[in-house]
Amino acid sequence: MSSEALRSDYRLVSEMVRPGTRVLDVGCGDGELLAFLARHKQVDARGIEISREGVAACVAKGLAVIQGDADTDLADYPDDCFDYVILSQTIQATRNPKIVLEQMLRIGRNAIVSFPNFGHWRIRTHLMFNGRMPVTENLPDSWYNTPNIHFCTIRDFVALADELQARIVRADALDAAGKPVGVKMPWWFWNMMGEQGIFWLARQGDRT
Amino acid sequence: MNQRHHEADEPHSLVLRLGADAPLVLESGASLAPVQIAYQTYGTLNADRTNAILICHALTGDQHVANVHPVTGKAGWWISMVGPGKPIDTDRFFVICSNVIGGCMGSSGPASTNPETGEAFATGFPVLTISDMVRAQARLIDHLGIETLLAVVGGSMGGMQVLAWASLFPDRVFAAMPIASAAKHSAQNIAFHEVGRQAVMADPEWRRGRYQQEGARPVKGLAVARMAAHITYLSEPALQRKFGRKLQDREAPTFSFDADFQVESYLRHQGISFVERFDANSYLYLTRAMDYFDLAADNGGSLGAAFRNTRTRFCLVSFTSDWLFPTADSRQIVHALNAAGASVSFVEIESDKGHDAFLLEEPNLFATTRGFLNAAASARGIPGGAA
Repeated sequence: MSSEALRSDYRLVSEMVRPGTRVLDVGCGDGELLAFLARHKQVDARGIEISREGVAACVAKGLAVIQGDADTDLADYPDDCFDYVILSQTIQATRNPKIVLEQMLRIGRNAIVSFPNFGHWRIRTHLMFNGRMPVTENLPDSWYNTPNIHFCTIRDFVALADELQARIVRADALDAAGKPVGVKMPWWFWNMMGEQGIFWLARQGDRT
Repeated sequence: MNQRHHEADEPHSLVLRLGADAPLVLESGASLAPVQIAYQTYGTLNADRTNAILICHALTGDQHVANVHPVTGKAGWWISMVGPGKPIDTDRFFVICSNVIGGCMGSSGPASTNPETGEAFATGFPVLTISDMVRAQARLIDHLGIETLLAVVGGSMGGMQVLAWASLFPDRVFAAMPIASAAKHSAQNIAFHEVGRQAVMADPEWRRGRYQQEGARPVKGLAVARMAAHITYLSEPALQRKFGRKLQDREAPTFSFDADFQVESYLRHQGISFVERFDANSYLYLTRAMDYFDLAADNGGSLGAAFRNTRTRFCLVSFTSDWLFPTADSRQIVHALNAAGASVSFVEIESDKGHDAFLLEEPNLFATTRGFLNAAASARGIPGGAA
C-alpha cells in the first residue's frame, strides 16, 4: 500500500466517523489511524492488532490496544459497545470474512471496511494476459505466501453486504493514485477502476 | 535474634506505624492493630502529588525494589525496571513499594512480635487476603498524602494486588499494570502452594509454627517448598537450555543421591539461599492469600462487575512460556474489562523464560511499560518524558 493511498484511505474513513464517538479499529497496525481519530475527532479509540510490535507502538501512543485476532477475538465484545468498528485492509486476510463482518455489526452500530479490489482492471488484465495470480505493487505477495487468503471484488463485497442484510450508508472507490473514482458511477465501473473499496455499513433498520 | 528476624520488627526501611486506634479490619472479620508497614520510596513526589507509582511485589519479593537488599546484600529485585532513566523512571516518578502485610521484611506478619505476648505471632497471626494487603497499602498512600496514584504496577501476586487496587479503589488508580497475573488462583496453582506448605509443616523444626520461640528453624521444609515452587517459575525449554542433562563438577554419575546434575545443584542453591532471607510462616500466609484470591467471586461471580464504570486505564502483559499464569488468565481479565467498557491494552510477549520473565531482561516488557506509563503521565498532565 503506497503511503499516498494509505492517507486517502484514512482521510475517507475519518470523514465517516462522527466526533466524540467510540471507535474500534480491528487490525490497527501501529495505531496511525486511531491516533489520528483520537486527536482530530476526539473519539474513544480502541484497537485490536495481531502483531506485538504493532501493539507496543500503539501503547506508546497512549492507545488502548489488545493483541488479538479479528477471527477469534471480536466474539469477546458485548453487543453495541462501539459506534464504529473499522477494518482497514484486513478483511482479505481473515479466515472467515463473513463472520468477522457479522461480529463487527453486532458489537458496533456502524462498520467501515476498506479492502483491495480484486476486480480492478490491472488485476484482470494481469490474470488474462499472464495467466498467473496477479502480483502488483500494492499486492506484492505470491499466491503461496500471501496473508491475503480471501480476496474479493467490490461487487462481491456488495453481495456479501446484501446477504448480511447490512445497509450500505456510503461507498467509495479509490483509484491507484488514491483519488476517489467518482460518485454516482455504476458498480461495474467502480469495480473496474477502483483499486480499493471503502464501505460504510450499518444494520438494516438502524438510522445514523 | 538473627538479622532476618530483626528485619521483621526493626527493618532497614521507612516504617508507618498505625496505632490501636486505627485497626485494620481484615476480610476474615479479624481486626489487626497495631499495624506496621515497611516501605521504600525512590524519586520525588511533585507539588501536585500526581506522579506517584506504587509497585506491588510478588510472593517472595519485598520493598527493596531498587536498592541493595539489607539481608542478602544483593541488588534490588527490579533494578532493570526501576531507576533513573529506567522504564519506571525515578527521575520523573515518585516510586513507592511496601512490604505486604503477612510478609517478613518489616510489615506486620507472623514473624513480627505480638505486643500482647512479646513473642512472634507465628500461626496466631490472622489469615490474610490480597484485599487486606491492598487496604493496608491504601493506609500508607493516605499517610503519604496521595489521593490518586498515577499507576499501580506489579507482577504475579503483585498483579493480583494491582487488580484488587483497581477494583477496591478505582478513583485512586489512574493507570493499572498487572503483569503475568490472574483474577483468580487456579486449582493447579493452589495445588503447588499446598505442596510447599506441606513441606514446611512436615519439617519437625517447624514446631507447629513456634520455631522462633523454640529456637528452631524449618530450613529443610522451606527449602523444599522453594525448590518445588522455583520449577513452576521456569519453563521446560529454559531448564533445558540452561542445564540440559549436564553433570555438576563431575565426569560421570556417582551412583548416589548427591547432586549429580547441574539442575539439582541449582535448585538446592535456590532453596538454601531462600531460607536465609524468608520466614517459613510468612510463606504459609502469603501462599494462602494468593489461593483465596478470586476477584469474580468477590463481585457476585462476575469479573466484569469488579471493574464496572472504571475510569482506570489498564495494560496487561503475559508471556508465552508462562504456564503458572498463562496468557489465557490475562485474556480473561481483558475480556471482563472490555465487557465493562474499560480502556485496556494487552500484549503477550514472546519469551521462553516462563513466569520469571517479568523479573528478567525483557526489552519488550520494558518498552511496553515505558510507553504505557509515559502515555498515562502525559494524559495526567505530568511534564517531561517526551523522549
